[in-house]
Amino acid sequence: MAEYGLLVDYEWCTGCHSCEMACAVEHGFPVGQCGVAVCEAGPWSYGEDGERWQVGYQPAFTDQCDLCAARTQAGGVPTCVKHCQAKCLEYGKLSDLAGRIGSKPKQALVALA
Amino acid sequence: MEERDYRFIEHERPYTYRDGDLTVTRGSAWSGPGCHLGCGVLLYTNDEGDLVKVEGDPENPFNEGRLCVRCLDLPEMVHNPKRLTHPLRRAKEDRGKDRWERIGWDEALDLIAAELSKVKDEYGPESVIFSCGTGRDIAPYITRLCWSFGSPNFVNIFSGNACYLPRVAGCIATTGAFWVADCAQQFPDRYDNPAWQLPETMFIWGNYPLIANSDGFFGHWVVDLMKRGMKIVMIDPKVTWLSAKAEVHLPVRPGTDAALALAMMNVIVNEDLYDHDFVDRWCYGFEELREHVQPFTPEYAETTTWVPAERIRKAARILAASKPATLQWGVAVDMTKEALPAGQAIMALFQVTGNVEVPGGIIVPPEILNYGGGWGFELLGDEQNEKRLGLDKYSLFRLGFQAAHPNTTIEAMKTGEPYPIKAAWVQTSNFLACMSANSTEVAACFRELDFVAGADLFMTPTIMAFYDVVLPAAMFPERDGVRLGDGAQRAEAINKVCQIGECKSDMEINLALGKRLAPEAWPWDNVEDMFTEMIATSGITFPELREVAPVYLPFEYKKHEKGLLCPDGSPGFYTATGRIELWSTYYKNAGLDPLPVFDEPSPGPIATPELLDEYPLVLCTGARRWPFFHSEHRQAKRLLAMHPDPWIEVHPETCARLGVADGDWVWVENMLGRAKRRVKETPIFDPRIVAADHGWWNPEGDPENLYDIGELCINNLIPWGNGKSGFGGNYKTNLCKVYKVKEGE
Repeated sequence: MAEYGLLVDYEWCTGCHSCEMACAVEHGFPVGQCGVAVCEAGPWSYGEDGERWQVGYQPAFTDQCDLCAARTQAGGVPTCVKHCQAKCLEYGKLSDLAGRIGSKPKQALVALA
Repeated sequence: MEERDYRFIEHERPYTYRDGDLTVTRGSAWSGPGCHLGCGVLLYTNDEGDLVKVEGDPENPFNEGRLCVRCLDLPEMVHNPKRLTHPLRRAKEDRGKDRWERIGWDEALDLIAAELSKVKDEYGPESVIFSCGTGRDIAPYITRLCWSFGSPNFVNIFSGNACYLPRVAGCIATTGAFWVADCAQQFPDRYDNPAWQLPETMFIWGNYPLIANSDGFFGHWVVDLMKRGMKIVMIDPKVTWLSAKAEVHLPVRPGTDAALALAMMNVIVNEDLYDHDFVDRWCYGFEELREHVQPFTPEYAETTTWVPAERIRKAARILAASKPATLQWGVAVDMTKEALPAGQAIMALFQVTGNVEVPGGIIVPPEILNYGGGWGFELLGDEQNEKRLGLDKYSLFRLGFQAAHPNTTIEAMKTGEPYPIKAAWVQTSNFLACMSANSTEVAACFRELDFVAGADLFMTPTIMAFYDVVLPAAMFPERDGVRLGDGAQRAEAINKVCQIGECKSDMEINLALGKRLAPEAWPWDNVEDMFTEMIATSGITFPELREVAPVYLPFEYKKHEKGLLCPDGSPGFYTATGRIELWSTYYKNAGLDPLPVFDEPSPGPIATPELLDEYPLVLCTGARRWPFFHSEHRQAKRLLAMHPDPWIEVHPETCARLGVADGDWVWVENMLGRAKRRVKETPIFDPRIVAADHGWWNPEGDPENLYDIGELCINNLIPWGNGKSGFGGNYKTNLCKVYKVKEGE
């Protein structure tokens, strides 16, 4: 069972990597390891005239993500959520977040803890 | 100075407080290391005085708790073992050698003061140049030091001042003010402020703000506004995340922005899409502009700019239909020789469509201290100012603009005319690896000087090449200060939380040198009193600022209607005609074209076709990367791991033609020199363009090989040479060839 997670509005993920760095320094992970990794889809062109482009990003949460247990127990939010420059991550109870998954396209709900 | 009605931010806690085992201190990230913005930060220190963590300050309206990777990883920079931690001296004959001797602060400061005074006595104060890097925190203090010393030559070692200042100078000449996109940054309540309006469309021209964060503009405001419904139009040679989301993407050939803007103007005037009321009341020279743009049809521009004519028409129509439209422009506009008319042509689009001084349009930002102008120019006096290098050739440098002309300065160093340059004082500027054109030539000029000294965060190739004395400068968590900055100013407090070695802040260094060189201009006992004087109009002291920062100035729209843009209180704009000058009387009087002209970037595929056999590719430099600010941050392992190699982006078709593949090391070469780059194969632009990272050096490299800048510095390919106005330099518009590095090279 998982009770908490993140709602990711990946339409707005700019690929800035702030979530990765915030996570790595919060947990003191070795260089190259992280609780979240920003994945890239693109760039490629598509459509009849080739004028449309796929350039997108989405954070993938790894085995080392503990949803910042120490921070959330103290009443805060995970550091990736706090520092996301595009404000496209939201922390909460899955039951609350699930109600909003259909509010707009290009969202993903991640059950984590 | 008039008293003004400032607005303060209320905080839940004092500026420093305990959180568990750590002390938390509010502050502003200004800088170095890092960018211009001064984001609100919370600095966490342990009881041993180490900086252990940095978080965004959610109470700061500027960044609202968000931070980029560079500030998140700040402890790795602050506690980096490669920091300079005490003053160093080297014998002049050992320039270029790693033969430094540790000395004390008093000895170092006395030595610097004595050497600079010696040059002053022998050749005059103008023979000492004062230089800093990009305009972060140092400009007010180093300019005051320069001018109080008596030298008119505060100068960036940067061809044509090709960053920001061409646009500033051009806007001041034609409108009497500078302009920024209105993202509600001037209001403490930001997007909730009732006076503000969401821009309908933002034109993002010549910058990638999400990474660049330039000129007081927090890049992700663009995302904030897009979420609220704002559309964007992207003017950028590259396909990017933003361009993929744009209503229209205009993939302009580097250096042809003026032609593109003139073609958009052609559509706007010929389809009668301009704001008649605003043009009639507030603009001067519209009919001349209308006539001038007739040859610049979208079809003409398609040939010149490589942007399809129909996209140009569409963008122009969107601009005219958007109420309001705003402009977020950037450094690419400045990084071609004829930058001034390019900026003039772009700005005119937003003027004739009536987007000036309206909510959500382009606005004159409030200022506490004239950021572009420095601090204490009155100390210099007219006689010394007349000796300012470049002033006789480039009259635009008289216009509220107090720096010397870089290209003329380098010429003076080479020729001794109009007078010899004998010494340099440099603060936090690794110009050989970064802003200087043709670094090899510039290094030779500086090696000829009698004396070079400066302050910096790390040992750099620039210091190693020719400094005689270097002082260890504090990073922002190691110093107190005020952040005024560019864009819409707010007063931020920078609060010291830790001490590294014997580092001192640039401000302390300037005060200490000022007291030795011109004590009457530096009356303060400490920097705190100096800061209090700088923010005197706020009516609060620096210690009070710590508690209430950031402090916002009052702001009004439509200032031109209220007489707030002219010193005498009359309505209109602060120009000769009192209007926005589409046809510039200032340019006319300065011997420049009063209307925005387009000159083919040269060298270039159209201007110099004879070079294409040897150098077939358009070289665009200065691509911004998430982990770095210019030449900084290569010492931080977490940041370097994000982008470990200097890239050249090459289209797959071009890769195939050249026989190179993704990941290959190549030489990028032209008539001036060559630099090593690693191929990043990407389809994001025209196959005729290649784009290179800038600012690369190797802090792990051999100091006596100048940390490999001889092979890594892309500016080995950048020429000196400026536009007719004195402004603008070819950093984004050159030609080159690309070929594989041979084994063993």
